[in-house]
Amino acid sequence: MNDKPLVINDASLSFGSIAVFQHLSLEIDRGEFVAVVGPSGCGKTTLLNLFSQFLKPSAGRVVCSERLRMVYQTDSLFPWQTVSENIVLGLRHLKDQAERERQLGEMLRLIKLESFAEHYPHQLSGGMRQRVELARALIGDSDILLLDEPFSSLDYLTRIRMRNELARMLVQLPRTVVLVTHDIEEAAQLADRIIVLSDRPTRICAEFEVDLPRPRELTHPVVVTTVHKILAELGFEHNGKRVMVSPTA
Amino acid sequence: MAVIHGFGEELRSGRMIDDIVASLFRVTTGFGLAVFTGIPVGLWLGNHVRARAAFLPLINFFRSLSPLAWIPFAILWFGIGDLPTVFLIFMASFFPLVLATIAAVANIPSVYFRVARDYGFSNSEMLMNVTLPAIAPQVITALRVTAGLAWLVVVAAEMIAGRAGLGFAIWDARNGLRMDLLVCGMIVIGIIGIVLDRILLQLTKIPSVRWGYER
Repeated sequence: MNDKPLVINDASLSFGSIAVFQHLSLEIDRGEFVAVVGPSGCGKTTLLNLFSQFLKPSAGRVVCSERLRMVYQTDSLFPWQTVSENIVLGLRHLKDQAERERQLGEMLRLIKLESFAEHYPHQLSGGMRQRVELARALIGDSDILLLDEPFSSLDYLTRIRMRNELARMLVQLPRTVVLVTHDIEEAAQLADRIIVLSDRPTRICAEFEVDLPRPRELTHPVVVTTVHKILAELGFEHNGKRVMVSPTA
Repeated sequence: MAVIHGFGEELRSGRMIDDIVASLFRVTTGFGLAVFTGIPVGLWLGNHVRARAAFLPLINFFRSLSPLAWIPFAILWFGIGDLPTVFLIFMASFFPLVLATIAAVANIPSVYFRVARDYGFSNSEMLMNVTLPAIAPQVITALRVTAGLAWLVVVAAEMIAGRAGLGFAIWDARNGLRMDLLVCGMIVIGIIGIVLDRILLQLTKIPSVRWGYER
């Protein structure tokens, strides 16, 4: 088995005449939490689709050597199934009913939704639904978690709460994580490594490592410094001073 | 007062019960046939873009035709009795059901299929556990609308192509200048229409379809 569970090796991808990636290479270590940030439309979600093999590169190679699960940007819980039924989807491979029930019970306790087990998604708040999405992806024996802007539809305070929830869940259920996000704070607060992508054709223009245990305070100096560095890399700050950005930028 | 006496007369003679049974039998058969053929056809067309493009103009053409326009053909092909009425009810219900099912399938968010693939659903599981539950609320609404349409059509069809049924009873009362029996027939038709809708309304109370009406 490859040492690195996720590898993109010199991959290129085009949609018609639009080149999204050209000669992109990226390796992700086992157990690493990588966040991907970049301008809108630069191909962040496409990168996850390459990892999940939903898209094939036009050239180069993408290797995913372990079982992965994905949490989507849009609400992807089945609205006709209860919280329990949605989470149990992640245990379809298990034939032993008693073991399924045991793991489901543990997961419901972990996400603190035991009393909502028989509720339907439309009866839950946005934050609760996201916890169920995470639970469905984390339950069972997957190794890699791909997160496509999972908290983007939530309000600011719920987003902060959900970051802590995710960090707490990953302590119990460690995974290799790739998080695509628009939220630079989120990236700095959660990731071990942050990859900053450029505009199309997309390349990796910077990488930042954050050597700090999770969960992290949003105002921790290392987190704040990392946010400044990412903003500077994206052209929004220069030497700690804000850059005026034109409306068309 | 005359209407109440008319009710009593119709009930005592057993004619009203016979007419109700005849009309309900025709609606159940015609509507049932439309449901069991229209929903699968809608599912198939909803999933096949090219077939949909090819058949949609034809379905819209037949949907636009009033089912009553088929009455001469119905009598020509099936004579007088149950069959022409069942045919007319089928023609009234089938095309709207196909269109509603096509629209419901086309509106299923693609992320549901992506999730189903991620979790290893087979094609039959995809149909039974994703497509059907995802379209259920819209299809139930379409069933309520088309059942009302079927009930409208049975009355009109029986006036011309029937020898029994509530439509025929109204026509017969009109020919005999019995306005009391005519009003009796109208009241019964209205009440049964409400009851049919109430029965189908129960489908919307199934917990796994509530999401389609509450969010």
